[in-house]
Parts: sequence; structure tokens; C-alpha cells
Amino acid sequence: MELKAKADHRTLTLQLRGELDHHAAKRLVREIDLVVEREVPQQLVLDFSAVSFMDSSGIAVVMRAQRRMQELGGSATVIEVPPQARRVLHTAGIDRWVKIK
Amino acid sequence: MERENYIALQFPSCSVNEGFARIAVAGFAAQLDPTLEELGDIKTAVSEAVTNAIVHAYPEEIGRISIKAKRSGDVLEIKIQDWGQGIADIAQAKQPLFTTGGEERSGMGFTIMESFMDEMRVRSRPGKGTTVVLRKRIMPRMGKK
Repeated sequence: MELKAKADHRTLTLQLRGELDHHAAKRLVREIDLVVEREVPQQLVLDFSAVSFMDSSGIAVVMRAQRRMQELGGSATVIEVPPQARRVLHTAGIDRWVKIK
Repeated sequence: MERENYIALQFPSCSVNEGFARIAVAGFAAQLDPTLEELGDIKTAVSEAVTNAIVHAYPEEIGRISIKAKRSGDVLEIKIQDWGQGIADIAQAKQPLFTTGGEERSGMGFTIMESFMDEMRVRSRPGKGTTVVLRKRIMPRMGKK
């Protein structure tokens, strides 16, 4: 799993590429924490367009990102979610807590 | 085309094997001619079961995980077994959002297995291990959406 960060004003966009499972999530949460700490954004956008597979580990990653952003007084949005990952997020009812576009 | 078939595989509980496990089962399931959505459901359910074994069955050690996948007609059955810690309270473990796995887990593994497959059965004995059996009927293509 690769992470590409792009900061624009107070919006930080993170593009995730590859398979988001428990193996990948262990490193990914640390990387997201680090870049969020560095950029201190108002808005965090998680771009899932290149996520080729996601299991419930992705739910934990999104929820943690949202919690971190709320601590900073901001919020997280998930965009461009492919059908398989969308089904996992939907089953978890995660759209009650995080905006999914 | 063979209507009855099976595979059996074993691997150590290293997280790098999560990807291998779901790809192997998806490769086996391909002979049932599943849709992309069905294949995604199977991969996701296998990933959840294997991750549970890695995180919860063997929290402090590397143990053995076994997967048996069987095809009987249109039905795919996947048995994921470990010989680890076992689950004391299966009903509690199945509750959405319940987890003992800390912040990197979501507590949605069993919920996803249950919703993505037609049937899920869990047998477990503390100290002996856990077996999860997942079943899904792959509808023949005719009349598929």
C-alpha cells in the first residue's frame, strides 16, 4: 500500500494505492498520523480511487483518521470509493460518522 | 467441468500471508464463474477470517492456519481453522464494533463475513482453537444481474 500526500491551503489529500488489509493498515495508520501531525489540516480527504481491495482494517483506518481530525477541530472525507470497498464501508454503517462522497 | 473439487493449504500466521490467502481462495472460486461482486465478497470474508486468526488466535506467537475450500455444485464452502487461543464468548465476538484487537481493528470482521456470505458458522474452544466455516452459493450466470 502506497500513500501520496498533497497539501493545498488547509486541505490535505491522501491518495491510497493498493490493497488495504490488516498487513497494510499497521503501517498506514502510523504514516497518516505523521503527515496529519506535520500538516495540521482543517480538512482531510482520503482518496480511495486506487484502493484495489479493502477489508474491515480500512474501517479502522478511516475511523482513526476521523478521530484525529476531530481532535484538530476538522473533519475527514472519503472520496472515489470503488464498489468493493464501498460495500465494506456501507456494511459497517460508517457513513453515520464520516462523510463518504 | 468438475462439479466437486477442493483445495487445502496451510501457512504460518504472518500478516503478509493475508493477501496470499484471499487470492488463493479467489483463484479456486473462479471455476464457479462468480461475478466481480461475488468474488469481492469471498476475498473480503476470507481476509476477515484469516486476520482474526493472525490477530486473536496467535497474539504473541506465529501459529498454523489451515484453509480448506470445497466446491459442491454451485456452493463454495471455506473452512478456516487455527489451533490458537480460541474465543471464550462467540456471541460477544460477533457483536458489531466489539473488538479486543485495539485501535487497528474495527470489530466488524464477523459482521462482514456474515453479510457477505450466505452462511457462517463458528466453533471455538478456549486454548484449543477456532474453526470458521463460510458458505456461499454462486448463482449460475443465467438470470444473474
